[in-house]
Amino acid sequence: MKLLTHNMLTSKCLKGVNVGYPLGIVAKDVKVLETEFNSEFVSRIIPKLDWDTLWNAADSIGHAGDLPRAVCDDYENDVEFLKKVHHVLVEVEVIEGELVCPESGRKFSINKGIPNMLLNEDEL
Amino acid sequence: MDTPSLSHLSKIEYDHVYEPAEDTFLLIDALEEDLALLQNIKPTVCVEVGSGSGIVITAVAKALGRTSFYIAVDINQVACKVTQKTAQLNGTDVEVVAMDLMSGFHLDNKIDVLIFNPPYVVTPSEEILGNKMYGDLTRAWAGGERGREVMDQLFPKIPDILSRCGVFYLVVISENCPEDIKHLMNDLGFIMHVVKERKVRGEYLLVLKFTRK
Ligand SMILES: C[S@@+](CC[C@H](N)C(=O)[O-])C[C@H]1O[C@@H](n2cnc3c(N)ncnc32)[C@H](O)[C@@H]1O
Repeated sequence: MKLLTHNMLTSKCLKGVNVGYPLGIVAKDVKVLETEFNSEFVSRIIPKLDWDTLWNAADSIGHAGDLPRAVCDDYENDVEFLKKVHHVLVEVEVIEGELVCPESGRKFSINKGIPNMLLNEDEL
Repeated sequence: MDTPSLSHLSKIEYDHVYEPAEDTFLLIDALEEDLALLQNIKPTVCVEVGSGSGIVITAVAKALGRTSFYIAVDINQVACKVTQKTAQLNGTDVEVVAMDLMSGFHLDNKIDVLIFNPPYVVTPSEEILGNKMYGDLTRAWAGGERGREVMDQLFPKIPDILSRCGVFYLVVISENCPEDIKHLMNDLGFIMHVVKERKVRGEYLLVLKFTRK
C-alpha cells in the first residue's frame, strides 16, 4: 500500500463509525521502490490530497524526511518539492502491517501490500 | 491497447478467479475505442471495481501510463492477489485493495475513471452473497434479481465518487434493463452513452458510459 492509497481510505463503513479518517498505520515492513518521476502527474494530484493526512502518515512510518508541513505556493514549478512528494506518495510502500480505525480501533491487515478492508457481517 | 499477458494464470487460479471472457474483451475494446477521450480528460486516479484477473485495469495502466494512479478493488482476496501479479508481470503499477465495492474509500470526487464489469447474471437473491468462502467464484457472476443487485448498490455513490469530468464505464446485459439504468442515472445527474454492444452466445452485452450532464 502506497501512501497515496492511504490518503483515500476510510473505515466509515464500520457500524457506529462516523468519519473513520485518517486511518492509523502500523507498519511492520516498509519498502522503498524507485519509480519513474512524472512531474505532471504529481502537480495534478496535489490538489486532490489531504496534505496533513499524507504528512502524518509519512511521519508515522518514519518517511516524512524533509517533506514540508504544508504545500508550497507555486509548487508546479518547484521540481525539488514535486520529487519529494512523488517519493512519499508512490515510492514508499507498506508491505506488511495494519491500518487502524481512528474511532473504534478496528484493525485492517495489510498483507503483501494489499490492505484488507472487508468487514464481517456483524460489523456492517 | 495491448492485451496484457496472463501466462502466469492456470486452471488452479481460474477455479477462484473470473477468467476473462467475452464481457471482459468487450470492455477492453470499449476502453480502447475511447482511449483518446480518456487521454483528453487527463485522469490522475483510475479505479476498477471487481478487477478479477486484473486484465482490464492493467490494460488501462499500460495504455495511459505514468500520468495516472491506478487502483483495483475486489471482494475476492484471490482476485486481489492475482490482479497484483498481473499488473506487476506486465510492468505496470496498480494498487490493490480488498473491499466491498467502494465502501472503504473516502468519497470526495477524486476519481476520474471508474470501471466496473459487475456480476450481472440474473439469479436468486441469495446467490449474491456467495458462500463467503475465500476465493468464491459465485460472486463473480451472480447478480440477483434482474442481475442488478450488486451494481444497484454502487449507482447512488457515483455522484460522490467521480470528479468533475469523471467517467464511469459499466458492463451490462439486456436483462439488467439498461433503459431503467439510464433513467436512474439521469436522476443522479448523469448521461448514459452506449459505447459497445455485442451479441454473444445468447447474451446481449453492452458497455455503458456515464458522464455528468
Ligand atoms: C464479471 S467479474 C469481472 C472480472 C474482470 N474485471 C473482468 O472483466 O474479467 C466480476 C468481479 O467483481 C467482483 N465482485 C463481485 N461483487 C463485488 C463487490 N461487492 N465488491 C467488489 N468486487 C466484487 C468479483 O469477485 C469478480 O472478480
